[in-house]
Amino acid sequence: MSGAETTQAIGPAEAGRTHAPATPRRATRALRHIVLPWAAGPAWFVASLLTWRVPDADDFPDTNELAALFAGIGVALLAAAALRRLSARAPWMIALGLGLATWEVAQAKLLLLPRPFFGTPQDLLDVFLTDWKRLGDSLLHSLGLLAVGYTVGSTLGIATGVGLGRSRHFRYWVLPVVRLVGPLPPVALLPLAFVLFPSNWLASEALMALASGFPVTILTWSGVAAVDPAYYDVARTMGARNRFLVLRVALPAASPQIFVGLFMGLGMSFAMLVIAEMLGVKSGLGFYMQWAQGWAAYPDMYAALLVMSAMCTGLITILFRVRDRLLGWQKDGLKW
Amino acid sequence: MVIAPTAPAERAAPLGIRLCGIHHGYRIGGVFTPVIGDVSLDIAPGEFVALLGPSGCGKSTLLRLVAGLEPPHAGQVLADGAPVTGPGPDRIVMFQDPTLYPWRTVRANVALSRDIAGRRDDAAVDAAIGMVGLKGFERAWPHQLSGGMAQRAALARALVNDPRLLILDEPLGKLDSLTRLTMQTELLRLWQKRGFTVIMVTHDVEEALLLATRVVTFRPRPAGVISDMSIDLPYPRHRDNPRLLALRREILVRLGHSEDW
Ligand SMILES: Nc1ncnc2c1ncn2[C@@H]1O[C@H](COP(=O)(O)OP(=O)(O)O)[C@@H](O)[C@H]1O
Ligand SMILES: [Mg+2]
Repeated sequence: MSGAETTQAIGPAEAGRTHAPATPRRATRALRHIVLPWAAGPAWFVASLLTWRVPDADDFPDTNELAALFAGIGVALLAAAALRRLSARAPWMIALGLGLATWEVAQAKLLLLPRPFFGTPQDLLDVFLTDWKRLGDSLLHSLGLLAVGYTVGSTLGIATGVGLGRSRHFRYWVLPVVRLVGPLPPVALLPLAFVLFPSNWLASEALMALASGFPVTILTWSGVAAVDPAYYDVARTMGARNRFLVLRVALPAASPQIFVGLFMGLGMSFAMLVIAEMLGVKSGLGFYMQWAQGWAAYPDMYAALLVMSAMCTGLITILFRVRDRLLGWQKDGLKW
Repeated sequence: MVIAPTAPAERAAPLGIRLCGIHHGYRIGGVFTPVIGDVSLDIAPGEFVALLGPSGCGKSTLLRLVAGLEPPHAGQVLADGAPVTGPGPDRIVMFQDPTLYPWRTVRANVALSRDIAGRRDDAAVDAAIGMVGLKGFERAWPHQLSGGMAQRAALARALVNDPRLLILDEPLGKLDSLTRLTMQTELLRLWQKRGFTVIMVTHDVEEALLLATRVVTFRPRPAGVISDMSIDLPYPRHRDNPRLLALRREILVRLGHSEDW
């Protein structure tokens, strides 16, 4: 069917109304799918050019390396635009490139902000280029410390929560202990833990397990307690025993709540991790940051912060991926 | 259509149920409320008994006692002469609400009893899904089903078993009238073929008369038996059979409706 026929059938007034918004919508589409993706690379070229050609205000390291890095990212973005893989992220990439260019000009070229607290982009790059080994080492130490404490804490938390939700006996003996210890900020136990446990490592692991275990316990408990009793009836009339009722009915039914607990517990254990590393365990990103601050090495501190942020957000992303896989049956869930 | 590939010889014998002087009640708002007051019934193996009564009169509660999900306050439930002490897979219940597990697909829900027993029987599961007309929805999640489809999935979950007693609580209540006719025919065919005992609650007098060999009516609060009729009409029954119409009128009168209704 041709456009003219449609116009005639509907009448001029309606035709005008249906055609009018098409032009701006087409323009928006062109902007989103062609202009912005192809503009991302050039934005980074601008940053690269400014870094390379404008003279530094002081003797900063790695200026040319930084310019090369910006240019490399620009090329990668152009390639992504050519492969049509960029439309959603293009505005962000443009803003990031221009933002870095602004930072570079403001600090490295014009020295507008007080030093040493405000570093330059090349200072930050220099930390990664010269100290990457120690940063990577700290990251591995932090991950190791976190993995043990969080795994132990969440496993115990789920087990305790199921016990609280399913057994009156268990509730009688364990609930008072949970109420006594759980709400206490684990940091408050730090001095005691360092004395009680034979090593600082063990003390930190115990506190991290406690920090992550409490929210997991409470949310697992509330999830298990809220399971529709009819779900148990269905399985029981088919001959299910307690093991099936716990593992195949209570746990899956409570899993949306359990994942909220695991998420909160992960946040708590991040906090505990940094504190433990700053105060007791002499390794890891928290220790690195404290050391950097002691030497007024702010770029090192920012670098460690960046690495830590990447670690935390990466771990939370993994948790949400697992959740999305396991809770695909839910009608709707938030996306990380 | 074959539901389970088991030979009839292996099939367990139907269960006989005897209720002796059952009393039951619940604490509602701190006050004890009697729900069932002195119900005695003797259900022979292989019978198809329909229970009729106004809603809230305690029919679902009575079924829970027969299933063994709760012990009665007074009286006894006997299955083949032995006291019922708990639920068991020889007495399969289809609850009034579908209560499908939302974290299992339709197929995994229907296969629930097989998972519990720890043995797979894909043919029986497929046949049950086909019989309730849910072919093509095996991989759907329960929240993607309509109310009637969920109820049919629950029916399939019950029928996939090889029960000696099938306990049905308004199994076809949420279905549209056409699907209902099909399911009634299927239920009857299955009962005739497998020969288990059926206790079915329904609010539809006509449905009770089309399917059951015996119709028991209850009075409300606390529930007690008003009438207990044998329906000795041959199958298949037709809803405009004059004998059936007369029985229908009689039952409605006993349930408190006037003659001219
Ligand atoms: N778990 C329970 N706790 C308290 N009261 C209940 C419970 N189950 C049923 N009742 C009460 O028992 C009565 C009968 O319920 P039910 O057996 O579901 O009726 P019916 O199935 O005949 O509609 C109702 O008044 C209901 O309020
Ligand atoms: Mg009911």
